[in-house]
Amino acid sequence: MAKGILRAKAKAKGDNTVVKIMAKHAMETGNRKDKSGNKIPAQFIQTLSVAHNGKTVMEANMGAAVSKNPYLAFTFVGGAKGDELQMTWTENTGASATETAKIK
Amino acid sequence: MMNRRSILKAVFTGGLVAGMGVLMPRVALAAWSKAAFEAASQEAAMGALYSADPSASAQVTMKAPDIAENGAVVPVSVKSSLAGVTSIAIFVANNPQPLAAQFNIPEGTMADVSCRIRMGKTSQVTAVVTTASGEFSASKEVKVTIGGCGG
Repeated sequence: MAKGILRAKAKAKGDNTVVKIMAKHAMETGNRKDKSGNKIPAQFIQTLSVAHNGKTVMEANMGAAVSKNPYLAFTFVGGAKGDELQMTWTENTGASATETAKIK
Repeated sequence: MMNRRSILKAVFTGGLVAGMGVLMPRVALAAWSKAAFEAASQEAAMGALYSADPSASAQVTMKAPDIAENGAVVPVSVKSSLAGVTSIAIFVANNPQPLAAQFNIPEGTMADVSCRIRMGKTSQVTAVVTTASGEFSASKEVKVTIGGCGG
């Protein structure tokens, strides 16, 4: 598996699973200018969806105002140790990938 | 100097952008809403997402720092004790594009989301929670002191 941009920590706590995801991404807003005054084109993660056993547990729609290396934490009911989470992200440029993480 | 060519170009580009806006299909709530994310004012962004203005509610809690020393990374978490929350959105009033993020909460996921946002300057940060019975919000002013002495 290619090395992804997402770092995820998912931990089963009782009946719930706490998920913390950090994506390594510059989240370029499109408002910044480079040294010669040209605008740096926007490049940011638009959507990040997390699925557990085929069921979507979180769908994040992000704008350019999300900080660099975006962080996202949430809790969902269900999930057991050893289960796999599928995380799919899409950039505004159209690039996308799916990465997986195991619940610990 | 504004010559004929540049005017034509401006008109053409403007027309193209407007045309794209019309051609864009009306997106469902769940999808990334271009109109809402690119809106330049909080009212416009909220108008693109919600049919009515959200009402303030004590059952929506937002955690954000009073003073953010670094506007590039402001941790915000939103929680709600309301039942049937389907979506949570975070708005920063004084940002160029006020809608920072919007989360769709399927059934079985807690209405408790944390993320980190960017803030250009001191601004009111508003969290809006969508439930079956309407939209509820909580807001807080976050001061941004870039290069300041933390005060």
